[in-house]
Amino acid sequence: MSTPTGLPADIHPVPLDIRWTGVSVDLGGRHVVEDLDLFVEGGSWTTIIGPNGAGKTTLLRALTGTVPHRGTVTIGTDDGAVLARRERARRLAVVPQHPVIPPGLGVFDYALLGRSPHQGMRFAASADDRRRTSEVLDRLDLTGFADRFVESLSGGERQRVVVARSLVQDAPVLVLDEPTSFLDLGHQMDVLELIAELRSERSLTVVCTLHDLTVVGQFADKIAVLDGGRLVEHGTPGEVLTPEVIARHWGVEVHTERHDDHSVSVSVRRRGR
Amino acid sequence: MPSGSRLGAPWLLAGVGAVLLAGVVGVATGPVSIPIGQVVRELLDRLPLISMDSSLSATEQAIVWDIRAPRVVLGLLVGALLAGSGAAYQGVFRNPLADPYLLGIAAGAGLGATIAIVTELREVIGFIDPVPFAAFAGALLAVTAAGTLSVRRGRIGSPATLILAGVAVANFFTAIQTFVQQQNAETLQQVFAWILGRLSTAGWGEVRLLLPYAVICSIGMLLSVGALDVLAVGDEEASTLGLNPRATRRIVLVVASLAAAAAVAVSGLIGFVGLVVPHAVRMVAGASHRRVLPLSLLFGAAFLALADVAARTVQAPAELPIGVITAFIGAPFFLIILRRQLTS
Repeated sequence: MSTPTGLPADIHPVPLDIRWTGVSVDLGGRHVVEDLDLFVEGGSWTTIIGPNGAGKTTLLRALTGTVPHRGTVTIGTDDGAVLARRERARRLAVVPQHPVIPPGLGVFDYALLGRSPHQGMRFAASADDRRRTSEVLDRLDLTGFADRFVESLSGGERQRVVVARSLVQDAPVLVLDEPTSFLDLGHQMDVLELIAELRSERSLTVVCTLHDLTVVGQFADKIAVLDGGRLVEHGTPGEVLTPEVIARHWGVEVHTERHDDHSVSVSVRRRGR
Repeated sequence: MPSGSRLGAPWLLAGVGAVLLAGVVGVATGPVSIPIGQVVRELLDRLPLISMDSSLSATEQAIVWDIRAPRVVLGLLVGALLAGSGAAYQGVFRNPLADPYLLGIAAGAGLGATIAIVTELREVIGFIDPVPFAAFAGALLAVTAAGTLSVRRGRIGSPATLILAGVAVANFFTAIQTFVQQQNAETLQQVFAWILGRLSTAGWGEVRLLLPYAVICSIGMLLSVGALDVLAVGDEEASTLGLNPRATRRIVLVVASLAAAAAVAVSGLIGFVGLVVPHAVRMVAGASHRRVLPLSLLFGAAFLALADVAARTVQAPAELPIGVITAFIGAPFFLIILRRQLTS
């Protein structure tokens, strides 16, 4: 049974809030994230941007529980630190920046891994797991690739397969770390537009990092700017993506254009002209 | 509708067919030639509800049941355990080069067995043979050492790192074993007989000894196929998919080491089976452990039984150690995989 949102009837899409409170992460003696507070409202899309080394990925890893941190990260109403690994995986689906693609694994088998947190100790796939997986592959136009090896796909196709795995997970929160980093402009837009569609279909909370300032302002309700491990700006694209903010933290001169739908596009000027 | 890699009846039938074929060929081959048709009839005759006259003489029946059959069955079990544990090690370490022999597991088992033999543990314990247990302890120690040496802060080193660690561990354990042996020269013959492989002296006793381990380990490894598939995406992603990578690795390592050690304990050191068979399976059936593990068990069994046939016939009436046959096939195979690793 499927609901109009595309989710099976037994999974209720409850939007979950995410809250970082006083989060600090030290890696190799360096303060990568320092005393950071950030709130992401359930069902909204927040994009985290910042110069290289600002701590964007580390902030996501504190959320996904893959880096030791101080402070608390709340997922829904629960402290992430006390959630069992499996329960956390039912709430957060992660699209990593550099996904490990196992050689010789087919697209279907790879996407099926997303069902893991819903499976028992043996991680045995049920008929329902397989049905959910084919539905998602179908939704992302990947059915024709089901038996191909993931490693044999192009960058754009591969990224769609990784997104498919995260959707198969049926988690209310989607965490994406630079989901477009190896894609050309057309494929970047494809992936981001896909995530935007899926978000409204499934009422997902989206937490995403991006480095490409030109597209950032068109795919987020809120933008958080990190610099030196601290949150330096937080607001709507219109509030945050100003020439002054970008000059201050990136040291480049940009022109911004505000659109009627409150989105912002950014174009860059070469320095020293 | 696509449904991904499941074991599937065709693969299962192919594997079972290979085991039966290797079994029949193994029983039919030897200095006294017995036609395959008669062997099949003789074997079927033993099945419940089937009565068939194979027209074998009493001597031929004795050759089939007391000499050849136990040896073939032992070969099947050892082959299944070595290939299955190889597939499990490769999954756990995400390393296509992992093999019980190359990881130093065989050397560890050898050291354990040697210590058990020279200290005459059997006299101390009495009612059970402690050699397989000592071999298991040594195997677990070796794989833990090799694994620990190549994993640093939760990061797994390159495939070559693990193999080099295994080589170092194997040499170290072999050195200790040689030392222990020299200190106890009177047990030398017993130790060597153990090390050089013993499919040739097999009776039903060894089969009875190995069978419980084979059953338990095979079930254990088959239960882990789902977790091994999750582990294939690396520790961090596996963790975000709800799997505890460290605990999983530890459990699978124990089961695979028990399997390898049990095989080594009854048959001595046979290399490369755990490398060649899972790799060949992956090439034709894909890398999902849902297929690789069960098929490695089946084709590993068939492979070793046939390797034993080769060992018995190549220089007939003399016999080659079976490890020579497996190394002859396996070492070039290893080099091919190694080269592929270098280019990718």
